[in-house]
Amino acid sequence: MAKSHSLRGQVAIVGVGDTEVGKVPELSATGLCIDAAKRALDDAGLTKSDIDGLVTCNSMAEPHMYHAEAMAEHLQIFPSYCVSAGAGGGTTFAVLYQAALAILHGICNRVLISMADSLRTGLTREQAMVMQSSSGHPQFETPYGATVPGYYALIANAYMHRYGVSAEQMAAVAVTARAHAALHPGAQMRTPLTVEDVLASRMIADPLRLLDCSLVSDGGAAVVLARAEEAGEGPHQPVYLLGAGEGHGHEHISQAENLTSSHARQAGERAYAMAGLGPQDIDFVELYDCFTPVVLIELEDLGFCGRGEAGAFVAEGHTRLGGTLPMNTHGGLLSHCHPGNPGAMFALTEAVRQLRGEAGERQVVDAETALVHAQGGILSSHCTAILGRGR
Amino acid sequence: MSVNAKPLPPINPDTQPFWDGCAQGRLLLQRCGDCGHLQFYPRMLCAACGSRTLDWAESCGRGTVKTFTIIRRAVSAAFEPDVPYVVALVELEEGPTLMSNIIGCDPAVVAIGQPVRVTFETRAESVAVPQFEPMP
Repeated sequence: MAKSHSLRGQVAIVGVGDTEVGKVPELSATGLCIDAAKRALDDAGLTKSDIDGLVTCNSMAEPHMYHAEAMAEHLQIFPSYCVSAGAGGGTTFAVLYQAALAILHGICNRVLISMADSLRTGLTREQAMVMQSSSGHPQFETPYGATVPGYYALIANAYMHRYGVSAEQMAAVAVTARAHAALHPGAQMRTPLTVEDVLASRMIADPLRLLDCSLVSDGGAAVVLARAEEAGEGPHQPVYLLGAGEGHGHEHISQAENLTSSHARQAGERAYAMAGLGPQDIDFVELYDCFTPVVLIELEDLGFCGRGEAGAFVAEGHTRLGGTLPMNTHGGLLSHCHPGNPGAMFALTEAVRQLRGEAGERQVVDAETALVHAQGGILSSHCTAILGRGR
Repeated sequence: MSVNAKPLPPINPDTQPFWDGCAQGRLLLQRCGDCGHLQFYPRMLCAACGSRTLDWAESCGRGTVKTFTIIRRAVSAAFEPDVPYVVALVELEEGPTLMSNIIGCDPAVVAIGQPVRVTFETRAESVAVPQFEPMP
Protein backbone atom coordinates (compact mmCIF):
# COMPACT_ATOMS: atom_id res chain seq x y z
CA MET A 1 0.00 0.00 0.00
CA ALA A 2 1.28 3.45 -0.93
CA LYS A 3 2.62 5.53 1.97
CA SER A 4 0.86 8.84 2.22
CA HIS A 5 1.20 10.11 5.76
CA SER A 6 2.87 13.41 4.95
CA LEU A 7 -0.37 15.35 4.36
CA ARG A 8 -1.57 15.14 7.94
CA GLY A 9 -1.94 18.57 9.48
CA GLN A 10 -0.11 20.35 6.67
CA VAL A 11 -3.03 22.26 5.22
CA ALA A 12 -6.03 23.96 6.82
CA ILE A 13 -9.41 25.28 5.80
CA VAL A 14 -9.36 28.97 6.66
CA GLY A 15 -12.62 30.13 5.11
CA VAL A 16 -16.05 28.72 4.33
CA GLY A 17 -19.14 30.07 2.58
CA ASP A 18 -22.60 28.78 1.73
CA THR A 19 -25.06 30.48 -0.59
CA GLU A 20 -28.77 30.53 0.02
CA VAL A 21 -30.12 27.09 -0.89
CA GLY A 22 -33.38 25.56 -2.08
CA LYS A 23 -35.03 27.74 -4.72
CA VAL A 24 -32.67 30.57 -5.63
CA PRO A 25 -33.99 31.78 -8.99
CA GLU A 26 -32.36 35.20 -8.64
CA LEU A 27 -28.90 33.69 -9.18
CA SER A 28 -27.59 31.62 -12.06
CA ALA A 29 -25.41 28.59 -11.43
CA THR A 30 -22.43 30.79 -12.24
CA GLY A 31 -23.76 33.45 -9.89
CA LEU A 32 -24.09 30.88 -7.10
CA CYS A 33 -20.52 29.66 -7.66
CA ILE A 34 -19.16 33.19 -7.47
CA ASP A 35 -21.40 34.07 -4.51
CA ALA A 36 -20.11 31.04 -2.57
CA ALA A 37 -16.53 32.00 -3.47
CA LYS A 38 -16.99 35.58 -2.28
CA ARG A 39 -18.54 34.43 0.99
CA ALA A 40 -15.63 32.04 1.67
CA LEU A 41 -13.07 34.74 0.88
CA ASP A 42 -14.84 37.20 3.19
CA ASP A 43 -14.96 34.57 5.92
CA ALA A 44 -11.21 33.98 5.53
CA GLY A 45 -10.48 37.70 5.60
CA LEU A 46 -8.94 37.43 2.13
CA THR A 47 -9.50 39.05 -1.24
CA LYS A 48 -9.47 37.40 -4.65
CA SER A 49 -5.91 38.55 -5.26
CA ASP A 50 -4.81 36.33 -2.35
CA ILE A 51 -5.96 33.25 -4.30
CA ASP A 52 -3.69 31.46 -6.76
CA GLY A 53 -5.48 28.12 -6.96
CA LEU A 54 -9.06 27.54 -8.10
CA VAL A 55 -11.09 24.33 -8.15
CA THR A 56 -14.71 24.06 -9.31
CA CYS A 57 -16.99 21.41 -10.73
CA ASN A 58 -19.07 21.83 -13.82
CA SER A 59 -22.70 22.89 -13.65
CA MET A 60 -25.52 20.99 -15.33
CA ALA A 61 -27.74 24.06 -15.53
CA GLU A 62 -25.07 26.35 -16.91
CA PRO A 63 -22.23 24.17 -18.19
CA HIS A 64 -18.96 25.59 -19.43
CA MET A 65 -16.53 23.68 -21.61
CA TYR A 66 -13.74 24.65 -19.19
CA HIS A 67 -15.58 25.52 -16.02
CA ALA A 68 -12.82 26.49 -13.59
CA GLU A 69 -11.17 28.62 -16.26
CA ALA A 70 -14.49 30.36 -16.89
CA MET A 71 -14.91 31.06 -13.17
CA ALA A 72 -11.34 32.41 -12.95
CA GLU A 73 -12.13 34.72 -15.84
CA HIS A 74 -15.38 35.79 -14.18
CA LEU A 75 -13.49 36.57 -10.97
CA GLN A 76 -10.57 38.05 -12.92
CA ILE A 77 -8.03 35.96 -11.10
CA PHE A 78 -5.05 34.34 -12.82
CA PRO A 79 -4.25 31.19 -10.87
CA SER A 80 -1.25 28.88 -11.15
CA TYR A 81 -3.51 25.88 -10.39
CA CYS A 82 -6.94 25.70 -12.00
CA VAL A 83 -9.07 22.60 -12.42
CA SER A 84 -12.72 21.59 -12.71
CA ALA A 85 -13.22 18.22 -11.12
CA GLY A 86 -15.74 15.57 -12.05
CA ALA A 87 -16.22 12.49 -9.90
CA GLY A 88 -19.88 13.07 -9.14
CA GLY A 89 -20.64 13.49 -5.47
CA GLY A 90 -17.23 12.11 -4.53
CA THR A 91 -15.56 15.09 -6.19
CA THR A 92 -15.53 17.34 -3.17
CA PHE A 93 -13.14 15.54 -0.90
CA ALA A 94 -10.96 14.20 -3.69
CA VAL A 95 -10.20 17.73 -4.82
CA LEU A 96 -9.72 18.79 -1.22
CA TYR A 97 -6.63 16.68 -0.80
CA GLN A 98 -5.45 17.14 -4.37
CA ALA A 99 -5.55 20.89 -3.74
CA ALA A 100 -3.65 20.29 -0.49
CA LEU A 101 -0.97 18.46 -2.50
CA ALA A 102 -0.74 21.37 -4.92
CA ILE A 103 -0.12 23.71 -1.97
CA LEU A 104 2.44 21.43 -0.34
CA HIS A 105 4.36 21.03 -3.58
CA GLY A 106 4.57 24.76 -4.13
CA ILE A 107 2.28 24.91 -7.15
CA CYS A 108 0.17 27.51 -5.38
CA ASN A 109 -0.34 29.03 -1.94
CA ARG A 110 -4.06 29.32 -1.36
CA VAL A 111 -6.77 27.35 -3.13
CA LEU A 112 -10.38 28.38 -3.42
CA ILE A 113 -12.73 25.44 -3.97
CA SER A 114 -16.16 26.63 -5.07
CA MET A 115 -18.97 24.45 -6.40
CA ALA A 116 -22.57 25.32 -7.21
CA ASP A 117 -25.48 24.38 -9.41
CA SER A 118 -29.10 25.32 -10.06
CA LEU A 119 -30.88 22.01 -10.36
CA ARG A 120 -34.12 23.31 -8.84
CA THR A 121 -34.85 26.39 -10.92
CA GLY A 122 -32.05 26.54 -13.48
CA LEU A 123 -32.64 23.49 -15.67
CA THR A 124 -34.71 23.67 -18.82
CA ARG A 125 -37.24 20.87 -19.22
CA GLU A 126 -35.02 19.33 -21.87
CA GLN A 127 -31.89 19.55 -19.66
CA ALA A 128 -33.77 17.88 -16.81
CA MET A 129 -34.98 15.08 -19.07
CA VAL A 130 -31.54 14.47 -20.54
CA MET A 131 -29.97 14.49 -17.07
CA GLN A 132 -32.48 11.93 -15.85
CA SER A 133 -32.24 9.64 -18.90
CA SER A 134 -28.50 9.71 -19.37
CA SER A 135 -27.42 7.99 -16.18
CA GLY A 136 -26.29 4.39 -16.38
CA HIS A 137 -24.23 2.52 -18.97
CA PRO A 138 -25.47 3.66 -22.38
CA GLN A 139 -25.49 0.14 -23.86
CA PHE A 140 -25.99 -2.15 -20.88
CA GLU A 141 -28.16 -0.19 -18.41
CA THR A 142 -29.93 2.79 -19.98
CA PRO A 143 -32.04 0.66 -22.38
CA TYR A 144 -33.85 -0.88 -19.38
CA GLY A 145 -35.40 2.35 -18.14
CA ALA A 146 -34.05 2.67 -14.60
CA THR A 147 -34.03 6.04 -12.90
CA VAL A 148 -31.34 7.22 -10.47
CA PRO A 149 -33.57 6.24 -7.50
CA GLY A 150 -34.08 2.93 -9.33
CA TYR A 151 -30.35 2.21 -9.46
CA TYR A 152 -30.05 2.93 -5.74
CA ALA A 153 -33.16 0.86 -5.08
CA LEU A 154 -31.30 -2.17 -6.46
CA ILE A 155 -28.77 -1.66 -3.65
CA ALA A 156 -31.45 -0.95 -1.05
CA ASN A 157 -33.36 -4.13 -1.88
CA ALA A 158 -30.23 -6.29 -1.76
CA TYR A 159 -29.15 -4.72 1.53
CA MET A 160 -32.56 -5.11 3.19
CA HIS A 161 -32.85 -8.69 1.93
CA ARG A 162 -29.39 -9.69 3.18
CA TYR A 163 -29.54 -8.12 6.63
CA GLY A 164 -33.25 -7.86 7.39
CA VAL A 165 -33.02 -4.08 7.69
CA SER A 166 -36.53 -2.62 7.85
CA ALA A 167 -38.19 0.27 6.03
CA GLU A 168 -38.69 1.86 9.47
CA GLN A 169 -34.95 1.77 10.13
CA MET A 170 -34.19 3.35 6.75
CA ALA A 171 -36.84 5.98 7.44
CA ALA A 172 -35.05 6.85 10.69
CA VAL A 173 -32.19 8.22 8.58
CA ALA A 174 -34.56 10.72 6.94
CA VAL A 175 -36.20 11.59 10.26
CA THR A 176 -32.82 12.27 11.89
CA ALA A 177 -31.69 14.42 8.98
CA ARG A 178 -34.86 16.48 9.20
CA ALA A 179 -34.53 16.95 12.95
CA HIS A 180 -31.06 18.41 12.36
CA ALA A 181 -32.19 20.55 9.43
CA ALA A 182 -34.87 22.03 11.71
CA LEU A 183 -31.99 23.51 13.74
CA HIS A 184 -30.28 25.00 10.64
CA PRO A 185 -31.77 28.36 9.68
CA GLY A 186 -30.69 27.98 6.05
CA ALA A 187 -31.88 24.43 5.38
CA GLN A 188 -34.30 23.81 2.52
CA MET A 189 -36.66 21.50 4.46
CA ARG A 190 -37.17 22.22 8.17
CA THR A 191 -40.60 20.80 9.05
CA PRO A 192 -40.05 17.82 11.36
CA LEU A 193 -40.82 14.35 10.02
CA THR A 194 -41.88 11.09 11.62
CA VAL A 195 -41.12 7.53 10.52
CA GLU A 196 -44.83 7.27 9.65
CA ASP A 197 -44.54 10.31 7.34
CA VAL A 198 -41.68 8.63 5.47
CA LEU A 199 -43.54 5.34 5.17
CA ALA A 200 -46.66 7.16 3.95
CA SER A 201 -44.78 9.01 1.20
CA ARG A 202 -45.27 7.64 -2.29
CA MET A 203 -43.18 4.80 -3.64
CA ILE A 204 -40.70 5.95 -6.29
CA ALA A 205 -38.73 2.74 -6.92
CA ASP A 206 -39.36 -0.07 -4.44
CA PRO A 207 -38.22 -0.01 -1.66
CA LEU A 208 -37.38 3.71 -1.90
CA ARG A 209 -40.13 6.20 -1.12
CA LEU A 210 -40.11 9.90 -1.88
CA LEU A 211 -38.78 10.80 1.58
CA ASP A 212 -35.96 8.24 1.27
CA CYS A 213 -34.67 10.37 -1.60
CA SER A 214 -32.58 13.53 -1.31
CA LEU A 215 -33.70 16.98 -2.41
CA VAL A 216 -33.26 18.79 -5.70
CA SER A 217 -31.78 22.19 -5.00
CA ASP A 218 -30.07 25.33 -6.11
CA GLY A 219 -27.03 26.25 -4.08
CA GLY A 220 -23.31 26.37 -3.72
CA ALA A 221 -20.58 26.34 -1.14
CA ALA A 222 -16.88 27.16 -1.05
CA VAL A 223 -13.82 26.74 1.13
CA VAL A 224 -10.36 28.33 1.16
CA LEU A 225 -7.32 26.17 1.84
CA ALA A 226 -3.96 27.46 3.04
CA ARG A 227 -0.69 26.13 4.46
CA ALA A 228 -1.04 25.23 8.12
CA GLU A 229 1.77 27.65 9.06
CA GLU A 230 -0.22 30.57 7.63
CA ALA A 231 -3.61 29.38 8.76
CA GLY A 232 -3.47 31.11 12.12
CA GLU A 233 -3.30 34.55 10.46
CA GLY A 234 -7.01 34.50 9.59
CA PRO A 235 -9.97 35.56 11.71
CA HIS A 236 -11.12 32.01 12.58
CA GLN A 237 -9.89 28.84 14.20
CA PRO A 238 -8.22 26.89 11.36
CA VAL A 239 -9.57 23.42 10.64
CA TYR A 240 -6.81 21.03 9.61
CA LEU A 241 -6.94 18.26 7.05
CA LEU A 242 -5.77 15.20 8.97
CA GLY A 243 -6.43 12.45 6.48
CA ALA A 244 -7.97 11.71 3.12
CA GLY A 245 -8.44 8.65 0.96
CA GLU A 246 -10.26 7.47 -2.13
CA GLY A 247 -11.78 4.14 -3.09
CA HIS A 248 -13.15 3.22 -6.50
CA GLY A 249 -15.14 0.03 -7.02
CA HIS A 250 -17.11 0.30 -10.26
CA GLU A 251 -18.83 2.96 -12.27
CA HIS A 252 -22.01 1.10 -13.25
CA ILE A 253 -24.03 -0.68 -10.60
CA SER A 254 -24.49 -3.77 -12.78
CA GLN A 255 -20.70 -4.25 -12.50
CA ALA A 256 -20.51 -3.94 -8.70
CA GLU A 257 -18.75 -6.87 -7.08
CA ASN A 258 -20.83 -6.36 -3.94
CA LEU A 259 -24.23 -4.71 -3.56
CA THR A 260 -24.24 -4.40 0.23
CA SER A 261 -20.83 -2.84 0.86
CA SER A 262 -18.70 -0.45 -1.12
CA HIS A 263 -15.24 0.99 -1.59
CA ALA A 264 -16.09 3.50 1.10
CA ARG A 265 -14.28 0.90 3.19
CA GLN A 266 -11.01 1.39 1.30
CA ALA A 267 -11.46 5.18 1.22
CA GLY A 268 -12.02 5.21 4.97
CA GLU A 269 -9.08 2.91 5.72
CA ARG A 270 -6.77 5.16 3.68
CA ALA A 271 -8.02 8.30 5.42
CA TYR A 272 -7.72 6.72 8.88
CA ALA A 273 -4.19 5.53 8.08
CA MET A 274 -3.09 9.00 7.00
CA ALA A 275 -4.64 10.60 10.07
CA GLY A 276 -3.36 7.92 12.43
CA LEU A 277 -6.93 7.71 13.77
CA GLY A 278 -9.77 5.21 13.82
CA PRO A 279 -13.57 5.32 14.02
CA GLN A 280 -13.39 5.53 17.82
CA ASP A 281 -11.61 8.91 17.53
CA ILE A 282 -14.35 10.59 15.48
CA ASP A 283 -16.73 12.98 17.27
CA PHE A 284 -19.24 13.42 14.44
CA VAL A 285 -19.72 12.50 10.80
CA GLU A 286 -21.13 14.11 7.69
CA LEU A 287 -21.97 11.26 5.28
CA TYR A 288 -23.34 11.19 1.75
CA ASP A 289 -27.08 10.66 2.10
CA CYS A 290 -28.40 10.82 -1.45
CA PHE A 291 -30.76 7.97 -0.44
CA THR A 292 -31.38 6.68 3.08
CA PRO A 293 -29.83 3.18 2.72
CA VAL A 294 -26.57 4.67 1.40
CA VAL A 295 -25.90 6.16 4.83
CA LEU A 296 -26.35 2.76 6.46
CA ILE A 297 -23.83 1.08 4.16
CA GLU A 298 -21.39 3.97 4.72
CA LEU A 299 -21.68 3.70 8.51
CA GLU A 300 -20.72 0.03 8.19
CA ASP A 301 -17.99 0.49 5.57
CA LEU A 302 -16.39 3.28 7.60
CA GLY A 303 -16.20 1.10 10.70
CA PHE A 304 -18.86 2.71 12.88
CA CYS A 305 -21.18 -0.32 12.88
CA GLY A 306 -20.93 -4.04 12.20
CA ARG A 307 -22.44 -5.45 8.99
CA GLY A 308 -26.21 -5.12 8.98
CA GLU A 309 -26.24 -3.18 12.24
CA ALA A 310 -26.46 0.42 11.00
CA GLY A 311 -30.25 0.40 10.67
CA ALA A 312 -30.72 -0.33 14.36
CA PHE A 313 -27.89 2.10 15.23
CA VAL A 314 -29.69 5.00 13.54
CA ALA A 315 -33.18 3.95 14.69
CA GLU A 316 -31.93 3.86 18.30
CA GLY A 317 -30.92 7.53 18.00
CA HIS A 318 -27.13 7.20 18.16
CA THR A 319 -26.68 9.51 15.16
CA ARG A 320 -28.83 12.30 16.58
CA LEU A 321 -27.30 15.41 18.13
CA GLY A 322 -26.50 14.36 21.67
CA GLY A 323 -26.01 10.74 20.55
CA THR A 324 -22.72 8.87 20.43
CA LEU A 325 -22.09 9.78 16.78
CA PRO A 326 -24.03 12.83 15.56
CA MET A 327 -24.46 12.55 11.79
CA ASN A 328 -25.34 15.08 9.10
CA THR A 329 -25.77 17.85 11.59
CA HIS A 330 -26.91 20.33 8.92
CA GLY A 331 -29.60 18.00 7.58
CA GLY A 332 -27.59 16.48 4.76
CA LEU A 333 -28.67 16.00 1.18
CA LEU A 334 -32.00 14.68 2.48
CA SER A 335 -33.08 17.88 4.22
CA HIS A 336 -30.48 20.67 3.95
CA CYS A 337 -30.02 20.72 0.15
CA HIS A 338 -28.72 18.72 -2.80
CA PRO A 339 -27.63 20.71 -5.83
CA GLY A 340 -25.98 17.67 -7.47
CA ASN A 341 -22.22 17.40 -7.73
CA PRO A 342 -21.65 20.25 -5.24
CA GLY A 343 -23.81 18.54 -2.60
CA ALA A 344 -21.02 17.32 -0.34
CA MET A 345 -19.50 20.80 -0.14
CA PHE A 346 -22.16 21.61 2.46
CA ALA A 347 -21.02 18.65 4.54
CA LEU A 348 -17.54 20.17 4.44
CA THR A 349 -18.59 23.70 5.39
CA GLU A 350 -20.79 22.27 8.15
CA ALA A 351 -17.93 20.19 9.53
CA VAL A 352 -15.73 23.29 9.62
CA ARG A 353 -18.40 25.33 11.43
CA GLN A 354 -18.87 22.54 13.95
CA LEU A 355 -15.13 22.30 14.58
CA ARG A 356 -14.92 26.06 15.00
CA GLY A 357 -17.77 25.88 17.52
CA GLU A 358 -20.01 28.12 15.39
CA ALA A 359 -22.95 25.76 14.80
CA GLY A 360 -25.31 27.41 17.27
CA GLU A 361 -28.29 25.29 18.29
CA ARG A 362 -26.96 22.27 16.43
CA GLN A 363 -23.44 22.43 17.88
CA VAL A 364 -21.83 19.09 18.69
CA VAL A 365 -20.42 19.47 22.21
CA ASP A 366 -16.61 19.36 22.34
CA ALA A 367 -16.28 18.65 18.63
CA GLU A 368 -12.58 18.06 17.94
CA THR A 369 -12.47 15.58 15.06
CA ALA A 370 -14.84 14.99 12.16
CA LEU A 371 -15.11 12.49 9.34
CA VAL A 372 -16.73 13.56 6.08
CA HIS A 373 -17.49 11.12 3.28
CA ALA A 374 -18.89 11.49 -0.20
CA GLN A 375 -19.58 9.16 -3.06
CA GLY A 376 -20.42 9.53 -6.70
CA GLY A 377 -22.00 7.34 -9.33
CA ILE A 378 -24.10 4.54 -7.85
CA LEU A 379 -22.12 3.78 -4.69
CA SER A 380 -19.14 3.88 -7.07
CA SER A 381 -16.43 6.45 -6.31
CA HIS A 382 -15.71 7.29 -2.71
CA CYS A 383 -13.67 9.84 -0.86
CA THR A 384 -13.25 10.26 2.87
CA ALA A 385 -11.62 13.18 4.68
CA ILE A 386 -10.83 13.57 8.37
CA LEU A 387 -10.70 17.08 9.80
CA GLY A 388 -9.65 18.39 13.18
CA ARG A 389 -9.25 21.49 15.34
CA GLY A 390 -5.72 20.35 16.16
CA ARG A 391 -2.92 19.21 13.87
CA MET B 1 -32.07 12.74 -27.47
CA SER B 2 -35.58 11.55 -28.24
CA VAL B 3 -37.50 10.58 -25.15
CA ASN B 4 -40.49 9.27 -27.07
CA ALA B 5 -38.83 5.99 -28.04
CA LYS B 6 -37.08 3.55 -25.73
CA PRO B 7 -33.34 4.03 -26.08
CA LEU B 8 -31.36 1.88 -28.45
CA PRO B 9 -27.91 0.76 -27.36
CA PRO B 10 -25.19 2.85 -29.06
CA ILE B 11 -23.45 -0.21 -30.50
CA ASN B 12 -19.71 0.05 -31.14
CA PRO B 13 -17.17 -2.28 -32.77
CA ASP B 14 -16.28 -3.90 -29.42
CA THR B 15 -19.88 -4.86 -28.76
CA GLN B 16 -21.25 -5.48 -32.27
CA PRO B 17 -21.00 -9.30 -32.00
CA PHE B 18 -22.97 -9.24 -28.72
CA TRP B 19 -25.79 -7.19 -30.24
CA ASP B 20 -25.72 -9.29 -33.42
CA GLY B 21 -26.23 -12.29 -31.13
CA CYS B 22 -29.22 -10.63 -29.46
CA ALA B 23 -30.77 -9.91 -32.86
CA GLN B 24 -30.49 -13.66 -33.56
CA GLY B 25 -31.96 -14.61 -30.17
CA ARG B 26 -28.62 -15.64 -28.63
CA LEU B 27 -27.15 -14.20 -25.42
CA LEU B 28 -23.37 -14.08 -25.87
CA LEU B 29 -20.67 -13.78 -23.24
CA GLN B 30 -16.97 -13.22 -23.81
CA ARG B 31 -14.62 -16.07 -22.93
CA CYS B 32 -10.88 -15.57 -22.42
CA GLY B 33 -8.79 -17.82 -24.63
CA ASP B 34 -5.96 -17.76 -22.08
CA CYS B 35 -7.58 -18.15 -18.67
CA GLY B 36 -11.13 -19.23 -19.55
CA HIS B 37 -12.77 -16.32 -17.65
CA LEU B 38 -16.31 -15.55 -18.79
CA GLN B 39 -17.33 -11.89 -18.76
CA PHE B 40 -20.13 -9.43 -19.38
CA TYR B 41 -20.27 -6.68 -20.62
CA PRO B 42 -18.09 -7.21 -23.70
CA ARG B 43 -14.80 -5.33 -23.61
CA MET B 44 -11.32 -5.11 -25.11
CA LEU B 45 -9.40 -7.12 -22.52
CA CYS B 46 -10.05 -10.05 -20.22
CA ALA B 47 -11.06 -8.47 -16.89
CA ALA B 48 -9.37 -11.31 -15.01
CA CYS B 49 -5.96 -11.69 -16.70
CA GLY B 50 -5.70 -8.77 -19.12
CA SER B 51 -5.42 -10.97 -22.20
CA ARG B 52 -6.51 -9.69 -25.62
CA THR B 53 -7.47 -13.23 -26.68
CA LEU B 54 -11.24 -13.17 -26.28
CA ASP B 55 -13.85 -15.29 -27.97
CA TRP B 56 -17.65 -15.56 -27.72
CA ALA B 57 -19.63 -18.21 -25.88
CA GLU B 58 -23.40 -18.54 -25.82
CA SER B 59 -25.07 -18.36 -22.42
CA CYS B 60 -27.76 -20.92 -21.59
CA GLY B 61 -29.93 -17.86 -20.90
CA ARG B 62 -30.94 -19.00 -17.42
CA GLY B 63 -30.18 -17.09 -14.25
CA THR B 64 -31.55 -15.83 -10.97
CA VAL B 65 -32.70 -12.41 -9.80
CA LYS B 66 -29.84 -10.98 -7.71
CA THR B 67 -31.75 -7.80 -6.86
CA PHE B 68 -34.57 -5.78 -8.42
CA THR B 69 -36.72 -2.71 -8.12
CA ILE B 70 -40.18 -1.78 -9.33
CA ILE B 71 -40.03 1.56 -11.13
CA ARG B 72 -43.15 3.59 -10.24
CA ARG B 73 -42.03 6.81 -11.91
CA ALA B 74 -40.82 6.27 -15.47
CA VAL B 75 -37.46 7.56 -16.61
CA SER B 76 -38.99 9.01 -19.78
CA ALA B 77 -42.24 9.18 -21.71
CA ALA B 78 -41.28 6.05 -23.64
CA PHE B 79 -41.42 3.95 -20.47
CA GLU B 80 -44.63 5.46 -19.04
CA PRO B 81 -46.96 2.83 -20.56
CA ASP B 82 -44.90 0.13 -18.78
CA VAL B 83 -45.26 1.58 -15.25
CA PRO B 84 -44.91 -0.23 -12.90
CA TYR B 85 -41.99 -2.12 -14.46
CA VAL B 86 -39.18 -4.21 -13.02
CA VAL B 87 -35.48 -3.44 -13.43
CA ALA B 88 -33.27 -6.24 -12.13
CA LEU B 89 -29.73 -7.51 -11.95
CA VAL B 90 -29.72 -11.11 -13.19
CA GLU B 91 -26.90 -13.48 -12.33
CA LEU B 92 -26.48 -15.94 -15.18
CA GLU B 93 -25.79 -19.61 -14.49
CA GLU B 94 -22.37 -19.08 -16.09
CA GLY B 95 -21.52 -16.42 -13.48
CA PRO B 96 -21.69 -12.94 -15.02
CA THR B 97 -24.39 -10.45 -13.97
CA LEU B 98 -26.34 -8.16 -16.26
CA MET B 99 -29.03 -5.54 -15.89
CA SER B 100 -32.36 -6.20 -17.58
CA ASN B 101 -36.13 -6.10 -17.10
CA ILE B 102 -38.26 -8.88 -15.70
CA ILE B 103 -41.35 -9.15 -17.90
CA GLY B 104 -44.25 -11.51 -18.36
CA CYS B 105 -45.41 -11.47 -14.75
CA ASP B 106 -46.98 -9.26 -12.11
CA PRO B 107 -44.13 -7.11 -10.68
CA ALA B 108 -45.43 -7.99 -7.21
CA VAL B 109 -44.34 -11.64 -7.60
CA VAL B 110 -40.71 -10.88 -8.54
CA ALA B 111 -38.32 -11.93 -5.76
CA ILE B 112 -34.60 -12.08 -5.07
CA GLY B 113 -33.38 -15.58 -5.95
CA GLN B 114 -36.18 -16.17 -8.45
CA PRO B 115 -35.13 -18.30 -11.48
CA VAL B 116 -35.57 -16.49 -14.80
CA ARG B 117 -34.74 -17.07 -18.46
CA VAL B 118 -33.83 -14.77 -21.29
CA THR B 119 -36.09 -13.56 -24.06
CA PHE B 120 -35.52 -10.71 -26.48
CA GLU B 121 -37.42 -7.52 -27.26
CA THR B 122 -36.98 -6.17 -30.77
CA ARG B 123 -36.55 -2.41 -30.59
CA ALA B 124 -35.54 -1.64 -34.16
CA GLU B 125 -34.57 -3.47 -37.31
CA SER B 126 -31.68 -5.77 -36.28
CA VAL B 127 -31.65 -4.43 -32.71
CA ALA B 128 -33.03 -6.55 -29.86
CA VAL B 129 -32.40 -6.15 -26.13
CA PRO B 130 -32.30 -9.02 -23.63
CA GLN B 131 -35.26 -9.30 -21.27
CA PHE B 132 -35.98 -11.97 -18.67
CA GLU B 133 -39.15 -13.79 -17.68
CA PRO B 134 -39.89 -16.19 -14.83
CA MET B 135 -39.00 -19.83 -15.51
CA PRO B 136 -42.21 -21.73 -16.30
